[in-house]
Amino acid sequence: MFGTAVIVFREVLEAALIIGIVAAATHGIPGSRRWLLAGLLAGLAGAGLVAAFTDAIGALADGIGQELFNAIVLGIAVMMLAWHNIWMSSHGAALAAGARAIGGDIRAGRRECSVLLLIVGLAVLREGSETVLFLYGIAASGNGQSSMLFGGLLGMALGIATGYLIYAGLLRVPLRWFFTATSVLVLLLAAGMASQSAHFLIQADLLPSLAAPLWDTSAALPENGIPGMLLHSLIGYDSRPAGMQLVFYIIALVAIGAGMKLATQAHKEKHSTQGEV
Amino acid sequence: MKFICLFALLLPFAACADDADYTLVLKDHRFQPEELIVPAGKKIKLKIENRDELAEEFESFALNREKAVAGNGSATLYIGPLEPGRYPFIGEFYEETAKGVIIAK
Repeated sequence: MFGTAVIVFREVLEAALIIGIVAAATHGIPGSRRWLLAGLLAGLAGAGLVAAFTDAIGALADGIGQELFNAIVLGIAVMMLAWHNIWMSSHGAALAAGARAIGGDIRAGRRECSVLLLIVGLAVLREGSETVLFLYGIAASGNGQSSMLFGGLLGMALGIATGYLIYAGLLRVPLRWFFTATSVLVLLLAAGMASQSAHFLIQADLLPSLAAPLWDTSAALPENGIPGMLLHSLIGYDSRPAGMQLVFYIIALVAIGAGMKLATQAHKEKHSTQGEV
Repeated sequence: MKFICLFALLLPFAACADDADYTLVLKDHRFQPEELIVPAGKKIKLKIENRDELAEEFESFALNREKAVAGNGSATLYIGPLEPGRYPFIGEFYEETAKGVIIAK
């Protein structure tokens, strides 16, 4: 039972943390809750489909279909998180101050919500499909497995609780620091996903690893321990990363960081010429 | 879309890579062989054939690899080039029985 709980916890944790962080980051946007829920449901449905077609997806492109699929899903998620963070750099302050979204901002808010739907949906799709495969296996093998099923539910509950904790924790951050906190977390999430996407492409032999592993911290901070697991989900920690993963990580950090800076500056200039902030 | 095009362009490179091939077979939630000896310093194409009804997830922290294999399905992944040494792996879903080690020499 305990083993089952750990497996499911690991799979659920990453999606739960992503959802907790983006839910906090989009807290002030009207209608964001509904979009989040829609993303969750779409993601679950997608996870079921992906699980059902595991073999078909895996067989694509000479047996590396699964890696391609994961790398593409991660790539889209990175771009969506980037878009979110850059958008927030120019609209976030007004939203948090409780200002009504006006004119074009409503349209932009709606677009932000569809980005939210995609981010949540893709996270659930990717992490959920393996959970579905696993739990289906338990259910299908029948005899006296109710304790394992209970373990699965326990792991899922713990994962969701962790996601909720980060959400509730972020909402307690004072307004002054709130944007910095959420955008740094989203930025690191995106960079971590970029690194994971490189990892899949290396596993599929579509990218060179450069140096593998670049370092080995598995003795000090193993990825199957709780701290390693959390760091893996939050900032993309890898105890034995390939050099190419670090390259992707840094490119994502720099590119999104630069985009955010430009957006903030453009926003400030626009408002200083109008004589208000 | 750009991503998909990029991958499409990269595919031929994967297809023509000339690597050593090794196969692990899963049956009754056990790997056969449980000890796989591979050459060190070479990239290896590893095929996992799952002859069980249920899905399994090949996982190795030492190799930094993870891959789901459908019931009665198979999966291919690349590992290495490896330093000489022992690299344990497990089937995450049935860890008590599904375990083994890749030895790079």
